[in-house]
Amino acid sequence: MELVINGDKVEVPNSVETIAHLLHHFELQQKVVIVEWNAKILEKGLHQETKLCNGDKVELVHFVGGG
Amino acid sequence: MNDRYSRQELFAPIGSQGQTKLRKKHVLVIGAGALGTGSAEVLVRAGIGKLTIVDRDYVEWSNLQRQQLYTERDANLRIPKAVATKERLTLINSKVDIESHVMDVSVEEMEQLVKDVDLIMDATDNFDIRMIINDISQKYQIPWIYGACVGSYGITCTVLPGETPCLNCLLETVPMGGVTCDTAGIISPAVQMVVSYQTTEALKLLVEDYHALRKKLISFDLWKNHFAAINVEQMKNVSCLSCGPNPTYPYLAFSNQTKTAVLCGRNTVQVRPSKPMDRNLESLAKILSGQGGKISQNPYLLSFSIGNHRLVIFKDGRVLIHGTKDIAEAKTLYHRYMG
Repeated sequence: MELVINGDKVEVPNSVETIAHLLHHFELQQKVVIVEWNAKILEKGLHQETKLCNGDKVELVHFVGGG
Repeated sequence: MNDRYSRQELFAPIGSQGQTKLRKKHVLVIGAGALGTGSAEVLVRAGIGKLTIVDRDYVEWSNLQRQQLYTERDANLRIPKAVATKERLTLINSKVDIESHVMDVSVEEMEQLVKDVDLIMDATDNFDIRMIINDISQKYQIPWIYGACVGSYGITCTVLPGETPCLNCLLETVPMGGVTCDTAGIISPAVQMVVSYQTTEALKLLVEDYHALRKKLISFDLWKNHFAAINVEQMKNVSCLSCGPNPTYPYLAFSNQTKTAVLCGRNTVQVRPSKPMDRNLESLAKILSGQGGKISQNPYLLSFSIGNHRLVIFKDGRVLIHGTKDIAEAKTLYHRYMG
């Protein structure tokens, strides 16, 4: 499946079916992440159930502490 | 009157009127590490009226790669960052009123520091202090600009009380662990990029060009060539305890404060006594001289090396314990040598 992640076209494996899978794929599952899915911010509670489709636009921002 | 601000005044969104406004503004920078030195230099060169900058640490060699106000002399002499920063900034622009404090900032200090402040710049390295900044910002209605970086990644967001969501709205939970400058390192351009975003937003706020503010949370990875921008306006939580209609400012409560902290990128734990004290470094040096370690001293701190650890004791009672990231081990060492 091809997604547009942070503006770039990215091919992800077929096992990535949901937003939760996608966060796992990018090893972001342990982090505090804001997810925007097709121009809409997704609450954390919806990550498991939100299915991804070919061409979906996803913006991912994770928080870091350093400085 | 010389022409030191002429190029900035030629920039139409600022102009001479903006310059006059800048001159009347007071900015508080929390932290004088990589982000703090970068932000402070930009704002002081730009000609704000007053800068207050605070930091609990001192300069080490590993800072010089990215912390732009410091020199080899500062690292050799272990000059406190707040002291070295003020020295350098005064040379850069003697017309700006610069106040600096060698201080670990928690709630009590923050309550004092924010008096007459127009803007708070986040240049810290942990979320404990950022949540305090966030609540103080809401309590006194002072905008603040979150900024952070690790590796080649950076993130920033502007928080305007009464308008934008606050950090408590955005985070839901305070991030724990994850990569830090300790584990992932940090490159200077990532710092500079965050500083550029933070200080540009700061200039817009200070010259009161509110329409120009960005309104998006942004992140980037300079090495991977990634960039993301998210409009977070809809994340404002109507029942937020920090910025909602009935705020309790939960992070200003004593029970939510941490007394030990692992310092980013330093393999170091800070232990802070429950109340500030005026430690007599001379008598402490005498006591420690019988422990078999190595002692060195300057007017601000005492350094005591023993085994694989080094304890650096500040006059206000804080102790930095180098050689460990384990808080329990740090506490043990602290109590072993400090009583």
